Formats: sequence, structure tokens, C-alpha cells
Amino acid sequence: MPDEIAIKVENLGKRYEIGDDDAGYELLTETISHWVRTFGRGPKHKEFWALKNINFEVRRGETLGIIGHNGAGKSTLLKILSRITLPTEGRAVLHGRVGALLEVGTGFHQELTGRENIFLNGAILNMSRAEIIRKFDEIVEFADIGPFIDTPVKRYSSGMQMRLAFSVAAHLEPEILIVDEVLSVGDLAFQEKCLGRMEQVSREGRTVVFISHNLGSVLALCDSAIMLSKGEIASTGSVRKVVDDYVGDIVHQQTLHLSQRTDRHGNGALRFTEVWFERDGKVVDSPTTGSDCDIVLSYETPGGPVKNANFGVMFGAMEGGAATLNLDSETTGSQFEVLPSTGQVRCSLPRFPLPPAQYFIHIWAESGGTRLDEVHSVLVLTVAGGDFFGTGRMPRAENRTVLVDQKWGVEPTEDEPSDLAAQSSSSSA
Amino acid sequence: MSTAEAQIAAVPEVVIAPPSRWSGIQLGELWAHRELIYFLTKRELQVRYKQSVFGVSWAVLQPLAFAFIFAAIFGTLVNLPTQHIPFAVYAIVGLVPWLFTAGAIGNGATSLVQDANLISKVYFPRLALPISKALSLIVDLVIGVPVVLLMIAIYGVGIEATAPLAILFLALGVITAFGLGTLFAAVNVKYRDVGLIVPVFIQLMFFATPILWSVVDANGNHIRDGIQYILAINPMFSAIEGVRWAVIGTNFPGWPEIAISAASSLVILFVALRYFQSAEQSFADNI
Repeated sequence: MPDEIAIKVENLGKRYEIGDDDAGYELLTETISHWVRTFGRGPKHKEFWALKNINFEVRRGETLGIIGHNGAGKSTLLKILSRITLPTEGRAVLHGRVGALLEVGTGFHQELTGRENIFLNGAILNMSRAEIIRKFDEIVEFADIGPFIDTPVKRYSSGMQMRLAFSVAAHLEPEILIVDEVLSVGDLAFQEKCLGRMEQVSREGRTVVFISHNLGSVLALCDSAIMLSKGEIASTGSVRKVVDDYVGDIVHQQTLHLSQRTDRHGNGALRFTEVWFERDGKVVDSPTTGSDCDIVLSYETPGGPVKNANFGVMFGAMEGGAATLNLDSETTGSQFEVLPSTGQVRCSLPRFPLPPAQYFIHIWAESGGTRLDEVHSVLVLTVAGGDFFGTGRMPRAENRTVLVDQKWGVEPTEDEPSDLAAQSSSSSA
Repeated sequence: MSTAEAQIAAVPEVVIAPPSRWSGIQLGELWAHRELIYFLTKRELQVRYKQSVFGVSWAVLQPLAFAFIFAAIFGTLVNLPTQHIPFAVYAIVGLVPWLFTAGAIGNGATSLVQDANLISKVYFPRLALPISKALSLIVDLVIGVPVVLLMIAIYGVGIEATAPLAILFLALGVITAFGLGTLFAAVNVKYRDVGLIVPVFIQLMFFATPILWSVVDANGNHIRDGIQYILAINPMFSAIEGVRWAVIGTNFPGWPEIAISAASSLVILFVALRYFQSAEQSFADNI
């Protein structure tokens, strides 16, 4: 029954032209001078296919998940489906009113009140004024901002802004909903609420296209899925199968020796060849919370010596998610003016500050603003639990946030606070 | 099943395909997004008046301040010919439409770059942004009208019966300003240094338009005959001359000049919309 097809994508491809720098725009003066110097040939652009040969169908009422590593083309596909940008070839046909949520809070204006922003944001998301008026109370209630509705949004906490923005978006009721990673906002309770709302939307028979790094929510929400890799469909079918393929791919990437990995960014003047952890000079599988540890990055410089290099290591709780811990040689004052042509960079961490859990590790090297090498998910690390604070208590694993030394105290608000203040300051000194 | 089929038949179909060269201006899309244009215009006004200490009265104070400053400097020190009209009145009748034009060109030029975040995250007809800028400034223009009338009354200058015809000349100014603003907005997405050129362009246009000066001497003769046809290529020439003729009875701009200006403004609008429409397809990639 062809009538039941909500989205049909045929042979879709998107090519980008990239200039020498990353900015999409140019300078008229530069373009003219370049044009004059090269006798009218204009600036040269490199070509890059962000998407190629994409074919799939989504039936009415189906929820499709799109997963893939960073740079696999997920965002480009979503931008095409939500009509923000046009494809270079192929076509997509969407049957029904389309609503896209690519970033919560797009178009919020800091000077305007919550009420004014609800109407503006609703209009931006293609809701009619009558629809917004009808759902207004519901939106305010869902966002839980009650008395602040007539306060300028700039006075809201970031959490309140996020809740209000999602609440407007959550009340969008198109036939086809395109959602990009909006569930990873706010606190846990609010995330649950949003997930519930998404489930409700898909139960109502709407077609949903959902991209996420959170495999858990993809499994919970989607019927089928597509895995993108380097701009092409690498796996398609039931959500279970595709997620398994994706996890298998991550594991496969990891078993590959780092020097054999091809999914790297950077100009290649420096290449990481191995990463390992050491404790007291001995190689260990994983660091232990609260114990000293060294991270060692071995590298080679195939294109000759590299100067003024900076290195970084990032620990994230999710594939592609925000960093939980960011280590960066430049900001800590370590400069490597001249690097040996092959060698090991060592970062010593006293009392490893992450609670026991799994972390994705990204590593990068740059020099003077140019990326030399960058590898995502270079390994998935399982940190062993340990006693960070020396109190005999284990840090809570579920938080997955950096641990820092801290001192707690309590003071009564009584008549003579000067004594107590003096006391606490002397104890912390 | 039959109701479901009926629903399917009623749902709109969106076809996404590679950019085509001549797709034309999608008036239907703009009409479908009229509420968005309304809210974007409202946002402009709300933000402008909230950020200013004087609030809405800014729209009144700005032209008044300019008129008095120019009257003080040019009217008393330089003594420019103003066809026996007090300089402050002569100036403000031209200034109020000019401030709209300058604002619409300048704000229009930055309208897309300013809302880069919207363009890269949400679909809507991009023309909604320069349109809402121009609309919000038309509101300021309307607020400025009583100021002009008050000044005329204070200086005891009579208002002509032809005053309602000023709307036609204002329309010429609106078309010109919207056209230039839209054109610069689209060019600005690709070439970011255009944003620096626009204020200079507006300054040049200000001096090329008879706002503080007159193209005729005290006897109503052209200062240098023939030059008015060249000056009229700038549509604001006929727009300002026309408004002043209609309201306070200064010299009529002349039919050839009006024809030149009207043709010029339509060319500007056509070129602007054409360029905008072809550049629109890559806004999200370049911004």
C-alpha cells in the first residue's frame, strides 16, 4: 500500500564545497582580489560528499532512529528532511505537515518574556497562533515556570529556559516529527518527562524520525533504524539489529590497532599510534578512581618535525556526548615547542577523578590552531572503583561527573556569626 | 479506512529536491507563514522599545532631534535654499521618510546574519526576515507622521490638500528600501564584509537625496538643469521630493523624474528578489 508511506527518500546526496578555512562565508574583497590574481578563475574549493546514495522509506506511524558516529552525515540528513538545506542530488517526498526540532530553544530572545517567547517560538516551529493559544496553559504547566511567565527570559536559569523551550516544542503536533538529540537536556526527571512525551507522540500515530547518540532511548522509542557511516547507509532494518551492528562497529573500531584507524580528522602531520594507562610505571588496563595514573599517547610524525604542539584527552559518558573530563596541555601551561619525531606524550593525573563507569575517550593534537590528528572513541574505558576521598566511601557511579576535593560545613544564622566565620575560615586555611 | 484515506488525500506533500535555477518567489509559502512574519515583526518592535530608555517615544524623539540639530546647523549657519519653508520643517518632512529608508536598508542588510541560528536550525521562507524588519520600521514611520504634522503646525506652514498623495511616494521609498535591504542581506550571507560597506552606502545615499538641500533655487528653477534626471536614478530622490511636494507644497519632482525613479526602484526590487531566491538555497550552508 503505497499510501502508507510517509517519507520516501530516493538516491539522496549532499555535496559541500569547502574553502581553505572552515567558515562558510567569504570576503568580497578577498574574492575579487583572488579573481583578479588568477585571471578570473575564482577561488578553488574542495568537494566533500556529506551524504551519498541514501534510500529509505518510513511508513506512517513508524518511528525511525538514525544513528552513527560523529561526522557520519546524520545532521546533514536531518537538515535536508527538515528543509533547512537542499540536497545536491536525489529527492525526498514527505506526506504531511512536517515539524522539526533540531535544537531546543532556537529563536528564544533573551529580552522577551516567557509568554512572548512561547508565541514567537511556536510561530518559528510553524504552529498557528490559535494552536498556541489553545495549548498555552498546558505549555506553561509542562515547563513548570508558573509565576515567571511574564519575566524576561534572560532572568531565567538555564534549566528553566530549557524546560520552557522543550515544552513549546513538545506541543508541536505535526504529522511528521523530526527530532535531533533533544532528550539529553535538563535534569533526569525532566528527561523522563520528555521521553514520555515522545512515546505519546509516536503512539498517536505520528511519524517520527529521531537521531540520537543515546542508544537506550533509540531502542526504547524506535521501531526501525538506519546506521550512517561516512555519508552512506551502513546498516538498516529493525532497531535491535541496527543497534547491534553499531555497537559491533564500535567494538571493531576498538580492536583495530590505533595506527590502522582511518576514521580520523586532522592534517596527518602527527599520528597517534597507541594509547595506554600506567600506574607507578606499569601498564594497567584501566585507571582506578582516586589512584594516581598516567595517560600515555605514543605518536609518529610522518611529515617531519612538528612544532608547538598541544595535546588533549577527553572523557565522555556517551558516544559523541558532552565531555565529563577534558585534559588539555596548553591551558595547563605545557608547551611542546619541538617534538621528537616519534615519542610518547605523558599526562600524569594525581588521584584519577572519575567515578567507576564506562567512558568514551577522544584524543587530539593540534598546532597553531590546525588539527594534526583526532580520533574519536579511541577506546571505551571501564574505570575501576576506588576510594577518592580517603573516607572509605565509594563515589556514586551513576553521576559520572568529575570528583573534586570539597569541604562542607554548616553555620547557624544566630546573633554572633563572627566567631563561627572566623572558626570556619581557620579550619579551611 | 475511508476516513484515513481522506486524511491522506488532504495532507500536504512536500517534495525536497536539488535547487532549481528559476523557482520564482514562493508567495504561497510566505502567505502560509504570515503568522511567523507577524511575530517576527512584533519581536523587532518589542526588543527595540525594550532596549531603549525612551521606549516607544524613541520613534518620536529621533526625527525631532535630527530635525532640530540640522535646523540649528544648516538652517542658521549655512542658510541653504529651502523654497521659503522654515528649514526645520523642510528637513523633518524629508527626514522621517529617510530615517525609515536608512533603517530598512541597514537593518535589512543584517537581518539574515543576525538570525543565523534560526536559518541553520529551522525551515521557513527566508524572506520573512527582511520583510519583518521592513514592517517593523513602517510602524516607526507611522508613529513619525504626527511629529511631522506637529512641526508643520508649530511653524505655521500650511498643509496642502495633496497630502494623502504622500502615501504613493512613501510606497516608492518602501519598495526601494526593502529591495536594497533584501539584496544586501543575501549578499551579506556569502560575503561578510558587505556589512561594513552598507553604512557607507547609506551615507552616500543620504547626501545624494535632497533632504537637507534642494534641487531648485528660491525662484523654483533647477540649480543645474538636467542633473535631476541623473539624481532620479536614486529612487529616494522622487520619493522625498514627492512627499514634500504633497505635504508642504514645495516644487513638484516632475513626471520624467518620477518615471525614472519608479523604474529604478522596480529594477532594484526585481534584482533583489531574484538574487535572494537563488542565494536562499545555500543560506544554511554558508551562514
